[in-house]
Amino acid sequence: MVIDDLNAIAEKERAARKKTVIRCCLAAGCMSSNSETVKKNLEQAVKDAGLGDEVEVRGVGCMKLCCEGPLVSVDTQNALYEKVTPEDALELVKTLAGGKTKIKRGDFNHPFFKKQLSIVLTNSGEIDPERIEAYIVADGYQALHHVLRELTPKEVVEAMVKSGLRGRGGAGFPTGLKWGTVAKTQSAQKYVICNADEGDPGAFMDRSVLESDPHSVLEGMAIAAYAVGANQGFIYCRAEYPLAIKRLQTAIKQAKTLGLLGSGIFESPFNFNIDIRIGAGAFVCGEETALMASVEGKRGTPRPRPPFPAESGLWGCPTLINNVETFANVPPILRKGADWFAGIGTEKSKGTKVFALAGKITNTGLIEVPMGTPLRQIVEEMGGGAPDGGKIKAVQTGGPSGGCIPADALDTPVDYDSLTKLGSIMGSGGMIVMDETTRMVDVARYFMEFCVDESCGKCIPCRAGTAQMLHLLEKILNRQATARDLAKLEELCDMVKNTSLCGLGQTAPNPTLSTLRYFRKEYEELLQPDPFGPHSNGEAKKSQPATR
Amino acid sequence: MLPTLLHEKQKAADRVMQHASGDKRFKILEAHMKKHQFKHDALIEVLHKAQELFGYLDDDLLLFVAYKLKLPASRVYGVATFYHFFTLKPQGKHTCVVCLGTACYVKGSAKVLEAVEAKAKIKAGETTPDNELSLLTARCIGACGIAPAVVYDGTVTPRQTPETALEHLKGWISHGH
Repeated sequence: MVIDDLNAIAEKERAARKKTVIRCCLAAGCMSSNSETVKKNLEQAVKDAGLGDEVEVRGVGCMKLCCEGPLVSVDTQNALYEKVTPEDALELVKTLAGGKTKIKRGDFNHPFFKKQLSIVLTNSGEIDPERIEAYIVADGYQALHHVLRELTPKEVVEAMVKSGLRGRGGAGFPTGLKWGTVAKTQSAQKYVICNADEGDPGAFMDRSVLESDPHSVLEGMAIAAYAVGANQGFIYCRAEYPLAIKRLQTAIKQAKTLGLLGSGIFESPFNFNIDIRIGAGAFVCGEETALMASVEGKRGTPRPRPPFPAESGLWGCPTLINNVETFANVPPILRKGADWFAGIGTEKSKGTKVFALAGKITNTGLIEVPMGTPLRQIVEEMGGGAPDGGKIKAVQTGGPSGGCIPADALDTPVDYDSLTKLGSIMGSGGMIVMDETTRMVDVARYFMEFCVDESCGKCIPCRAGTAQMLHLLEKILNRQATARDLAKLEELCDMVKNTSLCGLGQTAPNPTLSTLRYFRKEYEELLQPDPFGPHSNGEAKKSQPATR
Repeated sequence: MLPTLLHEKQKAADRVMQHASGDKRFKILEAHMKKHQFKHDALIEVLHKAQELFGYLDDDLLLFVAYKLKLPASRVYGVATFYHFFTLKPQGKHTCVVCLGTACYVKGSAKVLEAVEAKAKIKAGETTPDNELSLLTARCIGACGIAPAVVYDGTVTPRQTPETALEHLKGWISHGH
């Protein structure tokens, strides 16, 4: 494979393009609403109408407005059809000849679409994720060629540093710095791992990226491998995403056939292979050291850091671990330049972020906005606010590691630092909207129960601490707790946060702490009078260990 | 529990190998292990395949994997019990997985679960005595846009209510209990 071959594939694909393209969403959300049959019926209807030479029915990745699925769009009409049933297919095809239809029409001019800025999701809902040619015609693998033939590994790392990209998995560690560390570590064998173990309940961005544009992740990984000097990559994907796994397998096979993965890529000395590792349902495996243990076929328990994976990771070799969305950002950065990317977003958080909007909100689905977009714009303008005239009470970000942001803080710009200041985290991008009917103590209990279940049991603060906190939260909810219990809960939160081994334990108290910070009244309303009088509360505080 | 004493170990090994000799599925499993060159790090992949073939992982099956991959039984058992995806008990004929992810939860999936539990007279994680239905919960299946979602026999179904869920389970829940 040389660049001319790549361009020839793109040219051929361009020439084969038909006049009209009907896009039908085949991501997991719409597929559960029967969109596969819709596509089949559309194809049949096009054939029956004798339009086979003019109209292409294309199965595409996520079209973003998941709540209205199955979604179908017709490019010549600039129309979006919502909740399309298999029976609608015939009627829909007739509109191509000017027929009328009663199918619900969406609006591409709605802020939900208009205010989005796509970098990672550029191809999502546009191209067929199961065909590599479709990715190539959308400038796919051009960045890999540019990197392999024109840049040194050092220059690639420098470009990443300059772009200001930060890890999209949640912690926001500067990507360029991480790459640089792995690149500098001397070793004959290095690895690149893509963390696709999207465990946060309420987050489905990575699933959508993998289902809609798997090649962008592969290309990003290959570029990363070249930059750090690795020749083997792993994608660790959770077993709950069968469609994503299937499309990744297809993508890897296609890339290997074309010589875009394997040995001597683009006739350079660079070799790179990718294997998929399927998770088995353990939230803690999203933590990098636990993930590596799982890739090695062991129980997914974390280990203390340092040494960091960049120095000693998979089988003791230097290992680069990045999230799906981080890798998907890499090809556009190298194609369009680090300066272009650095021009988007805020001073300390560059680029865009994909969020999964869900919960009590009118428009649920996938959005990609520049960093620094106010939360209010996302939730009220794009998301359309709470359904049925409800009032938004809080927005939960970061899953079980994050916190609840109250409605009066909605004007906060969304970036890593502002969210941390509010006691939440950016997280991987799940955004759950809660309305007035949601009880915040119950939310705290829900997340704590999750952490109890998912705690791997290696360190005591997390294993025992989360169980005790859950017990206290249940006691409060059952109206059996006193102020003394609340004080104990806060004390425990503090202890677990500061002494746990890994991120799971360190962040497990966050939902409780943030609801306590903004909705303390809801806790206090459930408390019973203390039989030992009001002073006992102060006593309990004083009895804290004085060693810390 | 897995046997630990030496002579019992040998007895178990003989039993497992004899057990395995007559069943085609063990051959398929072994071929899968061979594909991974009997590497230790393929353990999770092998267990996935084993569960796909047998439906669940019983002690003999775990021992078979341990012998073939030359791993201690404790390691195999440890991994199989660590991950939620692996089940050591046989599943019912049908499965119903209620998603309890955050988006589903705030949209009332707990009520759906409650209704199913009450109707089937089992708790989440259990199977009905007539082996018809296993009721399971998931931590998030990533179908948050169509919450609350329930997976019936592998098919994700959007926007469930207690009523639609019970309607769906008709025929899977017998009236005998």
